[in-house]
Amino acid sequence: MKALILVGGFGTRLRPLTLSRPKPLVEFCNKAVLLHQLEALRQAGVTHVVLAVSYMSEALGAAMREQEQRLGIRISLSHEKEPLGTAGPLALARDLLAEGGEPFFVLNSDVICEFPFAVLAQFHRHHSGEGSLVVTRVEEPAKYGVVVSEPDTGRICRFVEKPRVFVSNKINAGLYIFSPGILQRIQLRPTSIEKEIFPAMAQEGQLYAMELQGFWMDIGQPKDFLTGMCMYLQALRAQHPEKLHSGPGVVGNVLVDPSAKIGANCVIGPNVTIGAGVVVEDGVRIKRCTVLEGARIRSHSWLESCIIGWSCSVGQWVRMENVTVLGEDVIVNDELYLNGANVLPHKSISESVPEPRIIM
Amino acid sequence: MPLKAVILIGGPQKGTRFRPLSFEVPKPLFPVAGVPMVQHHIEACAKVPGMKEILLMGFYQPHEALSRFLVSAQQEFKIPIRYLQEYAALGTGGGIYHFRDQILSGGAEAFFVLNADVCSEFPLQEMLAFRQQHGDAHSFVILGTTANRTQALNYGCIVANADTQEVQHYVEKPSTFVSEIINCGIYLFTPAIFQHIGEVFQRNQQELVLSAIYASRLYLNQYSKSHPERLAQNKPGGPVIRGNVYIHPTASIDSTAVLGPNVSIGEGVTVGAGVRVRESIVLHGASLHDHTCVLNTIVGWDSTIGRWARVEGTPSDPNPNDPYAKIDSETLFRDGRLTPSITILGMSHLHPAPHSGASLRLTPHALSAGCSVTIPAEVVILNSIVLPHKELSRSYKNQIIL
Repeated sequence: MKALILVGGFGTRLRPLTLSRPKPLVEFCNKAVLLHQLEALRQAGVTHVVLAVSYMSEALGAAMREQEQRLGIRISLSHEKEPLGTAGPLALARDLLAEGGEPFFVLNSDVICEFPFAVLAQFHRHHSGEGSLVVTRVEEPAKYGVVVSEPDTGRICRFVEKPRVFVSNKINAGLYIFSPGILQRIQLRPTSIEKEIFPAMAQEGQLYAMELQGFWMDIGQPKDFLTGMCMYLQALRAQHPEKLHSGPGVVGNVLVDPSAKIGANCVIGPNVTIGAGVVVEDGVRIKRCTVLEGARIRSHSWLESCIIGWSCSVGQWVRMENVTVLGEDVIVNDELYLNGANVLPHKSISESVPEPRIIM
Repeated sequence: MPLKAVILIGGPQKGTRFRPLSFEVPKPLFPVAGVPMVQHHIEACAKVPGMKEILLMGFYQPHEALSRFLVSAQQEFKIPIRYLQEYAALGTGGGIYHFRDQILSGGAEAFFVLNADVCSEFPLQEMLAFRQQHGDAHSFVILGTTANRTQALNYGCIVANADTQEVQHYVEKPSTFVSEIINCGIYLFTPAIFQHIGEVFQRNQQELVLSAIYASRLYLNQYSKSHPERLAQNKPGGPVIRGNVYIHPTASIDSTAVLGPNVSIGEGVTVGAGVRVRESIVLHGASLHDHTCVLNTIVGWDSTIGRWARVEGTPSDPNPNDPYAKIDSETLFRDGRLTPSITILGMSHLHPAPHSGASLRLTPHALSAGCSVTIPAEVVILNSIVLPHKELSRSYKNQIIL
């Protein structure tokens, strides 16, 4: 089977991290986002993945080649010269996707969940429609595309993008499977699948919804990235508790790369991810944070709800909170207070940031 | 030559800008650099040859803490010290005039008047020498210092003849620029002053030093020259000391703590592992738990700061690039934001303990209700004033917490 991953462009909402790496290569819970998806797809029998990108980087190309080898799947690139939206890339990759005549998966690259690809394929085979999409229940559906479907068959009646009044709390989770026939509906121009393609398909009774089990998150911005991390770690606790860290000073769900070092008298967790080669010195308290590869957190510091970028150095007695995000190679001097600071790569911070702002 | 010194300590209505600390203890007794504020004045006066007696003048009610302080200070500095209580706030001139007989008793030929609010090196002997050089037996001396042009407007401004140093013109808090030389609130008078009282300046309402932390820094800095034994040193097995730090001998400090510069640690204070204290005063009985970070703060008596908490105020320094800048008039709110350094308060009463050694012990009154301020673990308290007996449960920024 095949899959198309909508990678898109610059990943501006996840800056400053995406100033250093393409978004699919940012590590989520110690594994590149793209890799979470590729592994799940391969497990469901996918042998060929197409990445639809509008901005291509060397790093992404190199990572692709490495994963091809490792996972034993074929990875192709579909490079949009102009952004084609959420449907246009299918048209661009038409030949690749249609080859073989089988249904193919499409997914949004920001989505993290317990990927149900095998179940989705089975669900799709059992109805006669042209497309199946995964829905999930959320508390605030107005931010997303809302789906109204028949409870027994799952056939979608209506599709409302970002409704202003409450319609339903089931939303489009950004995971689809389509029969190749859908490619007739899509032209090679900027097209929104949610606004232009789906409503028509729903009206024709060609679209079916399958409800997702387990957690779901769009991790395209820092605060959602951290929320998604908490959900992922909770699922890990239920399914593979041996992968989580334990020991004195560990509270709740904590994931630590084996090459990381944690000092004495620390209290780490709940909901912390510590990347490869990270050094956490003595007396540090970390809660609800992602610490990316190679960073160093010096002694007696206190971190909550932060993302610490690759190779950062956080000084002693530093307090950081409220979705502070440090880009790659940022240095934070001793004894500072950062509250909601968004710091671009290679900066040196020598003054406290008591109120949220961006530091260039 | 027989001399006297009068130290004006004011009374309860004054020092409202020193709240909430002055709810707890008369401002002149507030510890600065490890000893009560006015003790620095007394020490300076006691050193002057010929000093016969030191008179504290103010309108506080008789106060146990004050009486005990006077007793212990007399024992320490071996000079008579008395408190003269004004029946009402008489003003600088009024008070001196009212007690002129007391001041002149014993044949004093000249006397110093010092404002207790002022933090200084107290160049009293230099003032005496200056008077000999420049004036005559009937001259008065006023100590001036240079401020910057803007800040000078907040003080008494002095215009002096460049050659003779004779004061030609004096204006208290002018609205337009008069002079950069401001009145320090330290004077040398002769008995002839009493004739001039009616014409002389009003009580200077302005406090030259509004920040106890800044005053503490100046005194600690002085200690490095005058009393180096009072300052803490780096020792194996001891905490890391940076710059000038005073630690009371009964305080208990973990060896992994890092203290200073400009830190005073009071009696019986405990400082836990990995604690960082900088530019702060920690009053007696307070307890700083592991990994806390205390910056630009006054931690009140018997307060507790929980693990990993951060307690921070704003540095109240004069502009470091301007050698003549003084502390700005303290406005509690600036642009709608609270701008003081933090004060965390402790117990509400003092009862003096038996005197021992160089420092006065101010310990909680047996009748105080409840405990002092408690800061929970892992919160941040930023630019806030916390009133006594308050137990906080979350972070606060830029607030007064009643």
